[in-house]
Amino acid sequence: MQANHIYIAFETILIKEVRRFMRIWLQTLVPPAITIGLYFLIFGNLIGGRIGQMGGYNYVDFIVPGLIMMAVIQNAYANVSSSFFSNKFQRCIEEILVSPVPNYIILLGFVAGGMARGVAVGLIVTAMSFFFTSLHIEHVFLTLLVVLLTSMVFSLAGFINALYANTFDDISIIPTFVLTPLIYLGGVFYSIELLPSFGQWISALNPVLYMVNTFRYGILGNSDVNIVGALFMLVVFSAGLFAVALYLLRKGTGLRQ
Amino acid sequence: MLTNNPKYAISIRGLTKTYANGFQALKGIDLDVQENDFFALLGPNGAGKSTIIGIISTLVRASSGTIQVFGQNVATHVYETKLSLGIVPQEINFSQFEKVGDIVITQAGYYGLRGELAKQRAEKYLRKLDLWEKRDNRSRMLSGGMKRRLMIARALVHEPRLLILDEPTAGVDIELRRSMWEFLQELNRNGTTIILTTHYLEEAESLCRNIAIINQGQIVENTSMRKLLDKLARQTLIFDTCDELKTLPAFNDSDIQCNAIDSHSFEVSLSTSRDINGLYAALSDQGVLIKGMRNKTNRLEELFLSSLKS
Repeated sequence: MQANHIYIAFETILIKEVRRFMRIWLQTLVPPAITIGLYFLIFGNLIGGRIGQMGGYNYVDFIVPGLIMMAVIQNAYANVSSSFFSNKFQRCIEEILVSPVPNYIILLGFVAGGMARGVAVGLIVTAMSFFFTSLHIEHVFLTLLVVLLTSMVFSLAGFINALYANTFDDISIIPTFVLTPLIYLGGVFYSIELLPSFGQWISALNPVLYMVNTFRYGILGNSDVNIVGALFMLVVFSAGLFAVALYLLRKGTGLRQ
Repeated sequence: MLTNNPKYAISIRGLTKTYANGFQALKGIDLDVQENDFFALLGPNGAGKSTIIGIISTLVRASSGTIQVFGQNVATHVYETKLSLGIVPQEINFSQFEKVGDIVITQAGYYGLRGELAKQRAEKYLRKLDLWEKRDNRSRMLSGGMKRRLMIARALVHEPRLLILDEPTAGVDIELRRSMWEFLQELNRNGTTIILTTHYLEEAESLCRNIAIINQGQIVENTSMRKLLDKLARQTLIFDTCDELKTLPAFNDSDIQCNAIDSHSFEVSLSTSRDINGLYAALSDQGVLIKGMRNKTNRLEELFLSSLKS
């Protein structure tokens, strides 16, 4: 396929994906804004005032980066898993599969769509946070890089989930039983310094901890983890999940008989 | 041995497919479809028609065998072969939430077309299929026949050389079916090779020049429509009369059998090898005025059933 045709095919999938989540904005953009807004209000303002300092910052300032990252992770994952599975369920994925679009473009198109929603929700939640605290971003480039890499990792994970899924239940199991515990135990609401050494050791196995803390470092300039190591991990996770998703797509897992 | 013959729109050799549950859907299919042909692939439910189409379109993986599209192997020349193909599947497979126009324009994008060219193509085929007025409607609001036409417009937006339709007129009313026939015939006249699977044998007889009948994963008949119809030994004609029939017309020929249907019609059975001019002469001599005449049975249906039985 010619290079310009490949680009047009990628652009087509991305536009279709963005059009989809914008069309159903009441289901895709508003709920995370309300949920995270309530977190800001309850944990940040109402309870946060009594908690005092966390990691050297006001509690509301401490949790804002984590909550933004939580919204990015959940929405990047949900966008790809629900959209790709819905395409499978309605069989409209066949539109792409019978066309000459290469597998890696199909993958990149859906992942870019997931990243677009993750970033869009991240921006909405960030804008909302200004009602509760005044954020100052210490490292802008690093903050953007972490958001993009994290949304890519979870978009890829959502894609793999959707490939294997046979029912709508199958795309809600991972977010409920895996993603949510990883996020809540990934240092969104607390510093791992509060945990006993065993708890810290267990937390160190949680990849979300590195994403949240690297993002927090980008905004606040302070982190519980090694930033270079965390970025390396994000790149390795992105590359690894991309390779797995592409392999499954080429194999036709969940798509071709 | 399979040779690169670009005169064939499709060349299939030794195609087999066994599904994961052990069901053997195809048991060694060999099939050639000439370029510019209007070809019918007939068979009962579960015969393997959709599996063949699935393998051609790469949605189903063959267990063994090869397929060439315009002389190029589907497995090794993925881009070129897919560019030549337009597929209209049996079941509706577009998003029910998208607008009609967006569905066709998006499909154009998958083939590297965008902007004005994609819009022009979408308009051209939506107009030809009487869907232009519906371009801003959500696809779920379309009727069953419109949805089928939308799938045809979508399959044509990149102007493929080979169009494969898997039961395109299933559930479509007669008037609409006829207009779809006309459209497909025009498309074929303009150079597009068409392969059609259908349960409406009349449809295959009216449209197609060549035909293959598949049963239980094997080709049981592969010939021209004319040769297939020539195999029929007898035909039955129904005559409608202007006046009420007092007595059945008599024919001085042991080959001709005549039976009454009602007071204004009767049927005549005779060999297909003979002409029917003599019938009219005999009826005229007996003062029977004929208002109309038609074939009693779908001739192809008889052949289809006899092919399956044999």
